[in-house]
Amino acid sequence: MIYNLIVIPVILPIIAAIISIFLRRFIKTQRWIAFGVMIINTGISIYILQLIQREGILRIDFGGWEPPFGILYVADSFSMLLVLTTSIVTAICLLFAFSSIGEHREKMFFYPLVSFLVAGVNASFLTGDLFNLYVNFEIMLLASYVLITLGGTKVQLRESIKYVVINVVSSFLLLLSIAYLYGTVGTLNMAHISERIAEAGQTPLLTVISIFFLFVFSLKAGLLLYFWLPGSYSAPPAAVAALFGALLTKVGIYALFRVFTLIFYHDSAITHTLIGIMAALTLIGGSIGAVAYKDVRQIVSYNVIIAVGFILVGLAVGTPEAIEGSIYYLIHDMIVKALLFLIAGIMVVVSGTARIDEMSGLIRNYPLLGWVFFIAMLSLAGIPPLSGFIGKVLVGQGAVETGAYILLALAFLSSIFVLYSLLRVFLNSFWGETIITVEDEMPMKKGWIIPSVILMIGTIGLGLGPEFIAVYVSDAANTLLNPETYINAVMTD
Amino acid sequence: METVITILSGVLVSISTYMILSRSVIRIILGISIFSHGVHLLLLTMGGLKTGSVPLLGRGAESFTDALPQALILTSIVISFAVTALLLVLAYRVYQELGTDNVYDLRGFKDDL
Repeated sequence: MIYNLIVIPVILPIIAAIISIFLRRFIKTQRWIAFGVMIINTGISIYILQLIQREGILRIDFGGWEPPFGILYVADSFSMLLVLTTSIVTAICLLFAFSSIGEHREKMFFYPLVSFLVAGVNASFLTGDLFNLYVNFEIMLLASYVLITLGGTKVQLRESIKYVVINVVSSFLLLLSIAYLYGTVGTLNMAHISERIAEAGQTPLLTVISIFFLFVFSLKAGLLLYFWLPGSYSAPPAAVAALFGALLTKVGIYALFRVFTLIFYHDSAITHTLIGIMAALTLIGGSIGAVAYKDVRQIVSYNVIIAVGFILVGLAVGTPEAIEGSIYYLIHDMIVKALLFLIAGIMVVVSGTARIDEMSGLIRNYPLLGWVFFIAMLSLAGIPPLSGFIGKVLVGQGAVETGAYILLALAFLSSIFVLYSLLRVFLNSFWGETIITVEDEMPMKKGWIIPSVILMIGTIGLGLGPEFIAVYVSDAANTLLNPETYINAVMTD
Repeated sequence: METVITILSGVLVSISTYMILSRSVIRIILGISIFSHGVHLLLLTMGGLKTGSVPLLGRGAESFTDALPQALILTSIVISFAVTALLLVLAYRVYQELGTDNVYDLRGFKDDL
């Protein structure tokens, strides 16, 4: 089915960004343009999700070039769920940014850059063309390069140069992998590639190329190759860090899921085992990092890495339950990681330090903040009524069914490490003697706490009512596990 | 011809790897540009080099060059141009603010930030 509607989540942020560039001095207008676009995107994503339920996978062929010749966008439940979550999380991070990002950053095109970032992220989720995926990655990354340096503090500059260099090199490696794949199968349309590989069989040469893709997307997702992540995610201001933590690694994870379920799914003994090993090492490394540091932003960044490892355990296991669990966990993680980064940012601002051993007794000054942190911690650890639970149960179920006991053990041990690392933050900085006196106490701005509370409600809501998205998640998992559904939707009229 | 170009791109990639692993930021940026050239050449080679005809399909067209890799490279050159420009500005700002272009001095994590 062909619908023009699915291009809206990409085109709207781009138009908003371009208009906002010309409205440089009118910060209020820029704010509401960016925020409004995210709200509209949320509505449209929900509508498209329902449309997919009725009509099947939707697509749009740009310029009327039919696949496999032209570039196209394909909207299935998996990509639309992620677009929906992206829109919601970005809207809330923007709310937080209104009162925290500072006027000098706002005047230097903060809102247009966020819009470009979201356009790149949404386009990466929607595209059905491998080269277009590379271009969309670049749109997203270029916006993120500027966002991470925006403000130009010393820490930001020091960390951003590493972030930019690593990502530029990995982008060229992605181009290299695409070149190899194009040289081998002679097409760039993902459905067409999948079809051709299914016809000719996944030869060892193609498996080698698939491992190229695995390493490239691992660099972007922070799967095993995460060494650049903690430093660069703890440098920018909280609103930007929350956006990065919630969105950027998830695009890499999305690409891994798409490529290894749609294109390279024939030789899972090699590729999926490798993903499993990398996920296991990520879980171990992330867990060690999460308990090793005393900087709250570092601890939170290492929690991102643990989540990446956990989600990819689902892909490595590959049963329908595990894939569903991964999708639930992906959505949960986008919401709750944004929340965690926002809280960490508030903690750093109100206490004037990022070290947890120098903060103390914050719960007496800011009780609501303490409770929100507590809920976020429980949600990340996977305590039942909250949103982390269902994903963990389903991934665990898949791992038990396939007998992947080592992955199972590591995945659940990592949950304990998550709990321990955040409990350490909680005990050190929220409990204990109050060191901020009433006179020195910085008043909690409404603009800081309201976005956090909204995200907290999001995680509780997702935990209590997964039935609302269960239809879409099972459809998404179904499409991922049956590539022919995707191929049929793309290759037939 | 393909073999020669493949070897050439291999040489470019190895030179650039050496340069990216060095300490000076400027060398890293130059390494990245050389790396991009290596990748672009490889992309061009992947589509098949000169097959003796223009990329036009028509009646009686016996041979034609695949035009797609050239379109891809054009896109990629634009992107790498933008990225290199941004990196150069960033390197200059880093030098202004931190007074160094040596990546060893840019290591952080003394846990006292």
